[in-house]
Amino acid sequence: MAAITDPLEDEASRRRRLGRWFHRQGYMQGIIAIPYIWLVAWFLVPFLIIFAMSVATRTPTAPPFGFGGENPLLNWSHYERLFTDSLYIRAYLTSLVNAVAATALCLVIGYPIALGIARASRSWRSILLMLVILPFWTSFLLRVYAWIGLMGTNSWFNEMLTAVWNGLVPQAWELAYVPLMNTNAAVILVTIYSYLPFMILPLYANLERLDLTLDEAAMDLGSRPMRVFWDITLPQSVPGIIAGGMLVFIPACGEFIIPNLVGSASRPMIGAVINDEFAYARDWPMASTVAVALLFLLVVPLMVYTWAEQRAEDKARAREQEG
Amino acid sequence: MADGPAALEAPVAEAAAGAPFVRVEGVSKKFGTFLAVDDVSFDIARGEIFSLLGGSGCGKTTLLRMLAGFEEPTKGRIHIDGRDVTDVPPYERPVNMMFQSYALFPHMSVEKNIAYGLKHEPLSRGERADRVAEMLELVQLQDYGGRKPHQISGGQRQRVALARALARAPKLLLLDEPLAALDKKLREHTQFELMSIQEQTGVTFIVVTHDQEEAMTLSSRMAVMEKGRIRQIGTATDIYEYPQNRFVADFIGSINLFEGQVRAVSGGVAQVEVEELGQVSVTAEGEVAAGQPVTLALRPEKLSLSRTEPEAQNRVAGTVESLAYFGKDSLYRIRLASGRVVSANAPNARRGGEGQWVADWEDDVWLSFAPSSAILLVE
Repeated sequence: MAAITDPLEDEASRRRRLGRWFHRQGYMQGIIAIPYIWLVAWFLVPFLIIFAMSVATRTPTAPPFGFGGENPLLNWSHYERLFTDSLYIRAYLTSLVNAVAATALCLVIGYPIALGIARASRSWRSILLMLVILPFWTSFLLRVYAWIGLMGTNSWFNEMLTAVWNGLVPQAWELAYVPLMNTNAAVILVTIYSYLPFMILPLYANLERLDLTLDEAAMDLGSRPMRVFWDITLPQSVPGIIAGGMLVFIPACGEFIIPNLVGSASRPMIGAVINDEFAYARDWPMASTVAVALLFLLVVPLMVYTWAEQRAEDKARAREQEG
Repeated sequence: MADGPAALEAPVAEAAAGAPFVRVEGVSKKFGTFLAVDDVSFDIARGEIFSLLGGSGCGKTTLLRMLAGFEEPTKGRIHIDGRDVTDVPPYERPVNMMFQSYALFPHMSVEKNIAYGLKHEPLSRGERADRVAEMLELVQLQDYGGRKPHQISGGQRQRVALARALARAPKLLLLDEPLAALDKKLREHTQFELMSIQEQTGVTFIVVTHDQEEAMTLSSRMAVMEKGRIRQIGTATDIYEYPQNRFVADFIGSINLFEGQVRAVSGGVAQVEVEELGQVSVTAEGEVAAGQPVTLALRPEKLSLSRTEPEAQNRVAGTVESLAYFGKDSLYRIRLASGRVVSANAPNARRGGEGQWVADWEDDVWLSFAPSSAILLVE
């Protein structure tokens, strides 16, 4: 091998050389392979198992499904049921509505917080970020139980809400308490509470990187601070909004614990339906079908977005090469 | 405030006397305990290109940001075109700025960037489009209106930033290190372009720069700053040939500085005793008196080099210690008998050889200078 180290060689070229060496030895491929192996083993293979189950037929055996024999090899009837049985359609709609509402409200609440942290002084920033992450140090389940206490009819929180409500509405509409527990609103409320940090953190990461000189430039060109926000800050934070939105929307869609503990039994979300089919109805193929459909519901918009993004980038590059 | 007839008459009187277009009056800026700008005052006339020149941390950028309205002066007032703008927010000042980083909006096309400031003007859609086209033509970027900032070169970005800052026809344009991000060749070209655009538009320019050559070629006048204070204001010639203090003399160009003491003054000429040079005669411009300690400053190109002892009044012998050949001239480092090394610049008027003497390494030479070529610094 060549000389051990050349003192004149700078950091960048040393790193490049190291990179080339890694590449030659096949280490580069090895390192990149790790996430792929992970995804194949823990996502693709389980997904294929679930998909296979979804086209199997329910049998009174253990496990309670089977292929072939007197049953059709590929049984698509569960997918038919998905579109004909209103139980599933309603559950998907409830999930979507709840997730959209929670995501939108998380954005409305989280954006000012993220912006506030990003614009705070350096020493304050880490303290404020700590406060955002702090709830994670308590068990998720415990926090949901705490909300059950807060939303109950005799809690100080409910009494406060009741007082506000009664103060605002005509006498005929006055309430003894605000019905919160076991409603869909409770699901949305607790979902917002639980997922708010997932909205704030990516937004903060995005907003913190923005060049404040651009704000100054806009102000210099005659824009008042509010206008600067609309013209400069908001458009530049779209990637952060999308990242935060995805991080809230996707888990909120499949949320199981929150609706189970505080939601209404008459408006199940998709997670509860999967659980019921699997555990109580012992209809594994139907449970699998609902799960596969949920995945498509979540992944397809994501893929469309990525594709559109890619196309816009390609277009820009093509135009660049033209000029 | 002392309002009344005097305040009403002032603008009229000022206009008649060629009133200053920009007036900075005793402006100071403190960041915590750090005094970034320290009691700065100057006037700028309409249509000038005025430079603020100084090293990093001298307060020039803070001063510019106060003119733009991004920083509030701790003390002092700023007037632009007869109006006190000290408390006016940046979006209401008749001032636009070209940022060092250009600060182009990355999510907007070149056209949209230039049109941005026009949104706040009472213009129709057509008028706005005309104005954008006019600005694109001014900076010769007619074909690039649809591009995004990341799709054009650094030099083009600089011109977009200039067009955007000029689109609103500001009374005053502030330029923060306008050429710093360009490579040397483009910098020279752009320098002249800036000057011609200034001439075409008639807008008053204030340029912040750390590059003395840039300041000298660009500006009609400049202020040299150090540690938050202005050390001298003047034209390029004033600053270079008649520096008022050691800092300015040393900061602009290269110079040989000697400590000395005035022996006598007569007829506008001072006899100065300098340890390394002996007694020299120097034209005294300011007030100097016998016995006063002074600094003698000599620019390298003001020193003449000869092989034989010259007739000149001020002369000193030395040995060429090293030389750097630049083609049209050479820089000599000459060691005097006292051990002091002096820089001298000589044009290569001859090619040497054939009995034509050109100083070479280790040659014994004489240095001489005219009394009017030396600068006497009291401060």
